[in-house]
Amino acid sequence: MNTIKRVLGIVWILLGLAAGYYLIISQAIPQFTSGKSEDLVPALIYTFILMPIITGGLCIFGWYALRGEYDGI
Amino acid sequence: MEINNAGATSGSSKRTLWKVIGASSLGTLIEWYDFYIFGSLAIIISTKFFPPDNPTAAFLSTLATFAAGFVVRPFGALFFGRLGDIIGRKYTFMVTLLLMGLSTCAIGLVPGYQTIGFVAPVLVLLLRLLQGLALGGEYGGAATYVAEHSEPDKRGYRTSWIQTTATVGLFISLAVIMLTKSSMSAEAFDDWGWRVPFLISAAMVVVSYFIRRNMDESPLFKKAKSEGKTSSNPLKESFGNKFNFKFVLLALFGATMGQGVIWYTGQFYALSFLQNVCHVDFDQTNFIIGTALLGGTGFFVFFGWLSDKIGRKPVMLAGMLLAILTYRPIYDQMYKLTDVTAKQELVDQQREEENAIIKVYHDGSTSTWVREGAVTKQTVHVGGEGFSLLALLVFIQVLYVTMVYGPIAAFLVEMFPVRIRYTSMSLPYHVGNGIFGGLLPAVATYLVSKAQVANAAAESAATMPYGKPHLEGLWYPILIGGVSFIIGLLYLKNRNQNVQ
Repeated sequence: MNTIKRVLGIVWILLGLAAGYYLIISQAIPQFTSGKSEDLVPALIYTFILMPIITGGLCIFGWYALRGEYDGI
Repeated sequence: MEINNAGATSGSSKRTLWKVIGASSLGTLIEWYDFYIFGSLAIIISTKFFPPDNPTAAFLSTLATFAAGFVVRPFGALFFGRLGDIIGRKYTFMVTLLLMGLSTCAIGLVPGYQTIGFVAPVLVLLLRLLQGLALGGEYGGAATYVAEHSEPDKRGYRTSWIQTTATVGLFISLAVIMLTKSSMSAEAFDDWGWRVPFLISAAMVVVSYFIRRNMDESPLFKKAKSEGKTSSNPLKESFGNKFNFKFVLLALFGATMGQGVIWYTGQFYALSFLQNVCHVDFDQTNFIIGTALLGGTGFFVFFGWLSDKIGRKPVMLAGMLLAILTYRPIYDQMYKLTDVTAKQELVDQQREEENAIIKVYHDGSTSTWVREGAVTKQTVHVGGEGFSLLALLVFIQVLYVTMVYGPIAAFLVEMFPVRIRYTSMSLPYHVGNGIFGGLLPAVATYLVSKAQVANAAAESAATMPYGKPHLEGLWYPILIGGVSFIIGLLYLKNRNQNVQ
């Protein structure tokens, strides 16, 4: 079980990076550049709230998992 | 990690315990009531404070809806969580109660845009932000306070009463609005009556304040304080210490993130789906949701109790898994039950009224097609068995909500030690619910409309990119819930060690 937890750590890191790419490249940048005022709030939320939580959080979580911090708990 | 199986309530009699649960639940219920009335009256508030023809006011309106709804809540969790771990649970959640009550009451007193211009939307936005901050601090305090008074083997059951308050608060907010509406003319309600539900909050908060004021501090916090074991910097200890921070991340990704999307799907997206995708009429939708919520509320307590017997993890993960596996068939069935194009029309009963055409169907359903300029709006009133089936399908979703949400307070409390409990549990709860859950209606609606637009642009039915565009919105809760389920299954323990 501990090996699976560690190996999946890589998956969580990749998932965090993929989510960050999607949020910024596919969502935030087109909305920042759309020129519509109603797109500004979602773009700000993607960039400053969601991206740090999902990408940052999943990458740290994955890193901890990879290093065995969750072994035996 | 401290392990202490001594009963937290060695000094708390059963009567005191129920007083603690009653006082905490009442306050949390009022906070939810306050939070929901803004959302329930959002349309009328926008006409009074945020004129749609003014882009800046429209921007402030979006900010008020989104920012206070989910962005501010985690900040409230951090701010009040820290206070709660330093000065105590009781005083902190009394402050959040007063802050929420005063902000809500003040929204009811702010003059409209027509009277004071731009100051009006700015004031409303600030007050809405204060509401979000207060809500962010309240839940962790109430859950911690009740849990620390409870016997360790009954913590799921005792804290599950707190879990019912979000649903009951929504219920009461709708009831108060409907009662106020029915007690006056539509013009009076539009003119000043909409302020009444906000002002009523003041009376509720005063009552709750006096009930809470006479309660004692949590016995575990008092003990920790008398022994000098409280934290002087809970934020640093919770998030700067790797040992605790890894549990904060685990609580978020393995539990609250999945729980948040399941909760918002069952309680809010079901309503939005019926109204906006299925076009079921407003009153019938509210009745269906209200019935399902009322029928499901008791199950929060049942699953909280069950989690004391078999552990929190199996109950919560079973709810998540069932939801992930059955959302698509459930929503597909809801769509079919309301899809009038597949129903047999009784053509001889079709009639016209002013600018509307009313069609009647074999199963007792009716649809109304109203012409508004170049657009025709459709409303469906589901008849016969279809109505009962819809209520049942929503009820099943509420059951999933009770499975994941009923035990979560006890689960979070047990994950962290007393000295940093309020801070550490509040943040993952409000990020999971406020951000992952709070985003759900907007994201799901966006995915559905994107699929519908893509299908409409297709040259023929054979080239449509989406087979069932109405189900596209469900990918958000299914994916988020799926990731959370896998993390929870592999990394969470069934019983946490901080039973103190």
